[in-house]
Formats: sequence, structure tokens, C-alpha cells
Amino acid sequence: MTARPTTNLLISGVGGQGVVLASYVLSQVAMAEGYDVKQSEVHGMSQRGGSVTSHFRFGDKVWAPLVSPGTAGILMAFEALEALRYVHWLKPGGLLVYNTLRINPSPVAAGLATYPADIDARIAAAWPNTQCVDANAIASRAGTVKAANVVMLGAVSPALPFSAETWEAVIRRVAPPKTVEVNIEAFRLGAAGAAASAATSV
Amino acid sequence: MAGTTQTVEAVEILSGNEAIARGAWEAGVRLAAAYPGTPSTEILEVLAGYDDIYSEWSPNEKVAMEVGIGASMAGSRALVCMKHVGLNVASDPFFSSAYVGLEAGLVVVSADDPGMHSSQDEQDNRNYAKFARVPLLEPSDSAEAKEFMLAAYELSERFDTPVLFRTTTRTSHSKSIVTLGERATTEPVTKLTKNYTKYTMMPANAIARHPIIEQRVRDLAEYAETCPLNRVEMGDPRVGIITSGSAYGYAREAFPEASYLKLGLTYPLPAGLIADFRSKVEKLYVVEELDPFLEEAVQLMGVTIDGGKELNTLLGEIDPGMIARGLAAAGVPGVNPDLLTAPRSGVADLPARPPTLCPGCSHRGIFTVLKKLRVFVSGDIGCYTLGALPPFGSLHSCTCMGASISMAHGMSKVMEPPAEDAPLDYRNKPVGIIGDSTFFHSGVTSLMDVAYNGGKTLNIILDNSTTAMTGGQDNPGTGKTLLGKPSNTVDIPALCRALGIKRVTTIDPYNLAEVERVLREELAADEASVVIAKAPCVLEYKIRRPAYQVDADLCIGCKRCLQAGCVALNLVVEVDADAEIATDTDAEVDTDTGANADADAKRKVEINVDLCDGCGICSQLCKENAIGRGA
Repeated sequence: MTARPTTNLLISGVGGQGVVLASYVLSQVAMAEGYDVKQSEVHGMSQRGGSVTSHFRFGDKVWAPLVSPGTAGILMAFEALEALRYVHWLKPGGLLVYNTLRINPSPVAAGLATYPADIDARIAAAWPNTQCVDANAIASRAGTVKAANVVMLGAVSPALPFSAETWEAVIRRVAPPKTVEVNIEAFRLGAAGAAASAATSV
Repeated sequence: MAGTTQTVEAVEILSGNEAIARGAWEAGVRLAAAYPGTPSTEILEVLAGYDDIYSEWSPNEKVAMEVGIGASMAGSRALVCMKHVGLNVASDPFFSSAYVGLEAGLVVVSADDPGMHSSQDEQDNRNYAKFARVPLLEPSDSAEAKEFMLAAYELSERFDTPVLFRTTTRTSHSKSIVTLGERATTEPVTKLTKNYTKYTMMPANAIARHPIIEQRVRDLAEYAETCPLNRVEMGDPRVGIITSGSAYGYAREAFPEASYLKLGLTYPLPAGLIADFRSKVEKLYVVEELDPFLEEAVQLMGVTIDGGKELNTLLGEIDPGMIARGLAAAGVPGVNPDLLTAPRSGVADLPARPPTLCPGCSHRGIFTVLKKLRVFVSGDIGCYTLGALPPFGSLHSCTCMGASISMAHGMSKVMEPPAEDAPLDYRNKPVGIIGDSTFFHSGVTSLMDVAYNGGKTLNIILDNSTTAMTGGQDNPGTGKTLLGKPSNTVDIPALCRALGIKRVTTIDPYNLAEVERVLREELAADEASVVIAKAPCVLEYKIRRPAYQVDADLCIGCKRCLQAGCVALNLVVEVDADAEIATDTDAEVDTDTGANADADAKRKVEINVDLCDGCGICSQLCKENAIGRGA
């Protein structure tokens, strides 16, 4: 078997959006597929509605848990502003997948700053290789808006070398028992949407 | 969680903290004590799930350390955990524990926070090991975190010394694959051993102990030469790198083919091993985070290095890219080319997203009123430190746990008292503000000082019945222990009175009129006061009240409600082709002077009902009666 190079993902979002849980699912999937895994996140102060990131790396042998700026193959952003904030983490040609959701940061809520009205256009200009996902709407269609993070995992899944069986087995194991089917549906809708948008962009 | 009978040959993805807890369990630890502090908190939360370990939240790190010393002196393996600044608090017993040694293994975890993700400083606690003459272990990932715990207890007992086990945010909060083992059998303690000359540190005994401690350091240094936690990984002999902790993984990413002296026992250092490694490589570099701790020790041995701290930074975290670029620029061959490109700068002019008080937070009303009263607020460590940020800006100092009350006392003692006929000016009276858990941690002695020495400050205790910032841990005021058992609840008003404070008032922090009335009364008082703002943490106690809504017909867009600093509020600016839209930076509204409604702008506030927690602060700020609970 040829050596599998290390893949770098950065996940960004707002404290409370399920960034940590999504990272956990990713780690479990990669480990189940036989990869070495390292993942890093930050707790405490940054969880209080602040900007949060999680670093996730897998390969045959991973030494460091951190993705250095400019080296991420994939940036998965759970919120539009947090996509633009971390776009420089991507390496040339890297893929940005982001949720088009907008959550006001506290300075905007306090009337001291404005949320960029043209955020989607700015993201498109900053990073051409971008897929946007209305993950909250898709999650609602699956049954609960709380599954938006699983929709995002589905949306990013075609860009990762993991089988659908492994993804779904891990989601079944990790999700609370009553929400398993909703989460599976959220994952499938996310993956289907990503596949469709990839097809149209060819 | 696991039990004593578990037989496992399994792997799991664990965080460093989870792995430390697992390692302590496998090592047969019987007692663990800690005060919560990021990035160390989860160690005790995981240990609480093991029913064969007694674990507790102590009121502060000094107490936790002493509980651990006691258990170890009694003959049971013990674990004490804290964040880096917690070791400052625990340093007194920590230093003495190095003198007395132990009956059974004692490990002290210090979780440092380079980059200050959730801390007030980024001190490098490796320095404590040398300072206290205690061996220091630094794991690089979760697998090592677990294995090093087992080694730490063996080392502790073999050399009769506590062991300092130092992690950083990136070892504590990174996850990697760990192989699980079984728990060692340990016997419960049945008899306390009396050893007066060893365990009673009065001068004559301490004088006799000191040479033993210095000899112990020499013995440990000799052991370090062959300690399996220190290893040489020979690669390209042109480049040798000495490193430890998470920096090891970063360096391996940056220079995959170099030769490494990977140190797990980083105090005392193995002089022979280092000299030998030096002789095998052409150029020698030291890669470490924060202080040049290894670098200076290596140079003191007379070993020359070709690069150290000047190739990365003393400030904040390092990462693989930084190491790659720093060493490559100094001519080091063999760099991973993927890491060489200097990172692009981020997109400028984006609104920041700092942490913020949750919608519904009981602290919001207090800071809204404090801003209006224009007092100097001496703050403390907790969620309420966020009261320093806009739009509140109503917390003006914060140094360390418990300092709010004592610093306000010091300020008031050097301020000239106002003339007797001077108008009442609240700016002359500093206000201390502190949370319940921080008050129990180290505010009680500060308040005792205020009462004892005739202080006249106003002190606000924000009692939300939890240790909120670290994720909602129990404390002596919550009526529950770490193990979930019902417990005594400290009566804060009675405690304050017992300390000698006569003016003690409990208020509802959601009632702005009451908050303002009471604070004005107490600010006018000529003696010390305590005001207890009592309401449970909405996050920890999952409090959901019906959301408020804005009546768009009544809202004049004055932004007064935005002074609540709540992310559930959203200012909507309608685009009017004829009118120029006012920028939002000119819109500072002072709650004293009222609205600044701009006649040209069609601005309305909306409330996000998914985020709104129904606290009603914004509704009380609104003078147009535009915010209410929907019909």
C-alpha cells in the first residue's frame, strides 16, 4: 500500500454550533477507516458565543494536531463570516464548504459594527473553489435544525476518502438514539446537495 | 465509564485530559482533587466517572494540593490538577511537598495555556519544576499522556518526590489514539504512618531535608540518562533537534528526516545524553514553546547550539509552519516544503466575534446599571470579566482570582475622601465584583480584610450557583459535589455577616430598577457593603423563558436596547433609495442621555426568538414600550 499523505481540515464556526461534535464524528470516521488521527480544539472563554475553530488531521502517521495557516485542504465553516475569517487557512486549490447562515457577532448586536451585507460575494471573490450550503434549511427538512452540523459533514463527505457506510455507522453510534434517523437523513441530504453542486460546476 | 473488573485491549480517541484521567485510573490512583480551570478541567470530570476513585472539586488549588499531599502522606496514590495560574495559588504547599516527599505517588498536573486562549497570562510552568526541585514530565500527545501518568507514579515513589506533569492547551485539548490498559491493584490505607522528622517541616527538620532534596535532583539527573521517556531518534545527522511536549510533533512535521532528542523527563536533564547527541549531529537546534527552558539548561551544560528561541517566538503558541520557516531561514536542510509558504494574511475589516455574555445571562443587568453609574469596577476571573467589553465597558481591572475585593479595598484606602459638602460622586468609590465560585476560591479572605480594616467599598457577588466559565462545575455554594452527592450549601449572606460586613443585601439582577436603587444606596453608604445578585446560570440550569418581541410600530430605532449587549438583538436598517443610511459607528447611545434616533434612517430592532432567553433586560431599557412578550 502506498503511503497516504496527511489531510488537513479546519472547521470554523460560532461557539455553541456543534463544531466540537462534528470534529468528534470526523475523528471516529477516520479512525474506523484505519487512519492515524489528531484533532485539536479550544475550550473555555472562546465557547461563549465567540469564534471557534477545530483542527483535524488524518493520514498514515500524524505528528502534530495543528493545521498551520495556508495548509488546509478543506475549510468547513458553519457560518458565513467565520468562513471569510479563516479563508487564508486554505492552501492553494483547497476547498471551502460553508453554511450560508449568518449569526451576528456581539459588536454587531450592540450596533457597534455591521455584518458585511455582501458576505457571499466577498467569499466567492476571495476563494473560487467554494461550495455554499444552506445547512440550516436542509437540516430542518431532515427534521431538526440542530442537525445542521451533520448536514455540513454530509456536504464535505464527497471530498474525503471515507465510505458512506463508515460515516453512517459512526453517526448511528454517536447520535442520541432518538435522533439517529434524522441525523442519517441530514447527512444524506448534505452529501446529495454537495454531489449535485459539484456536478453542475463541472 | 470503566470499573475495576474491566478487561480491555482497546483503542480509543481521547483528549490529553481524558488520557491523563485514564492513566491515573490505570495507575491505581485513589484520590484526585482540583479546582476547575481551562485547559485542565476535564481531567476531574472524567475521573468522577470512575467509582473506585474519590475525586473532589476543592474550593481552590492550594486546598486541592494539600488534600493530595494528605492522601499521598497517608499512603494512597493521589492526583492534583490545575491550570497554570492555579499552581501560583498552590505553590506554597507545592514547594513544601518537595521537601517532605510522600508515602505513595503524588502527581501534580499543570495545564499551561500558551496563546492565552482562556487565561490572563502565559507563564511557562516548567520553571516551577526547577524552582521546587521536582521532576518534570511533558507528554507530546494523548498516548504519551496516559503512558507518562503510569511512569510518573513509579518515578514519584522511586525517588520519594511529587512529580510535576506539564501539559499545554494543545496536549490537553487535542485528541489522538490511545491504547487502553487495566487498573493496577492498590490497597486501601489502614494505618497512618508517623514520621515526624520527614513530615513536619519546622526549621530543624527542613534543614536536614534540604541536602536530601538536592541529592535527589542529582539522582534524578543520573536516572534521566537512561529514562525511557527520553529517546534519541537518529535520522539525518546534519540536523539534530532537542524538543519536548507538543513542540515535538510540530518539529517532526516540519523536519521529518532530522535527528531528534525527544525529551519526556525535562527536569532534571540528562547531561550525558545531550552531550552524546551533540557529538552525533552537525548542527543542533532546540525547539520549544514559550520560555527557552531547555535551551538555557543545555547551554549551561556547555553544549553549544546553532539555534533556539530566536528562530520562533517567546510569545504565544508555535505551530509546524512557524518552525519550518524559522529553521529553514537559518539554513537548516530537510524542511517539509508544504510548510514553507508564508501564510497569507486574513481578510481585514471583518467584525470581530469576541466571546459574549449568553442571551438571558444574569450578569447583563448588573453591567448595564454599573455603566450608567460610571463607577470604577474592580473585576475578577469568570464569565463576568466580559463586562469589560463593549457595549458595557463596565469592568476596569482584572488580575487574578479573588483580587477584585482586595484591590478595590486598596484603591479606596489611598483615595482622598471627598469633602463633607461635596456632592455624592460614585466615581470616588470603587466597586469589587466577583462570582460565587471565585468568591469561595479566594474572595472570602479579601472580604475579611475589608471588614477587619474598616474598608468602605461596595462588593457585588454574582451568585449564579455554578462555576460557569469552565463549563458549569459545582462549588461549595451549589449543594452538590463533583461525585453528584447532595452537600452543604454555603450561606453567602450569613458568611459575609460573619466576616463582619453589616450591609448585606440580596437582589434580583433581572430587575434593573431594583439593581439601580440598591447600588445607589450602597454606594452612598459610609461603610462596606455586599450586594448579592442571585440568579442561576441560564446555560448550566437550562433556563428557557418565553422570548420577547419588538413591536415594529413602536420601535423608533434608538438603539437604547442594544446597550444590553445581547446577540439576540439585531438592528435592521432598511435601504431607502433617497435617504443616506447613517453609519453605525456614530450610534453610541448613553443610557443617561437617551436616544439618538436618526430621523433619516429607517432602523428597527428585531429579536431573534431562537436566541432570546426572555430575560427582559432589553424590554426594561426600551422607553417606547416597544419590547414585550408577544400576545
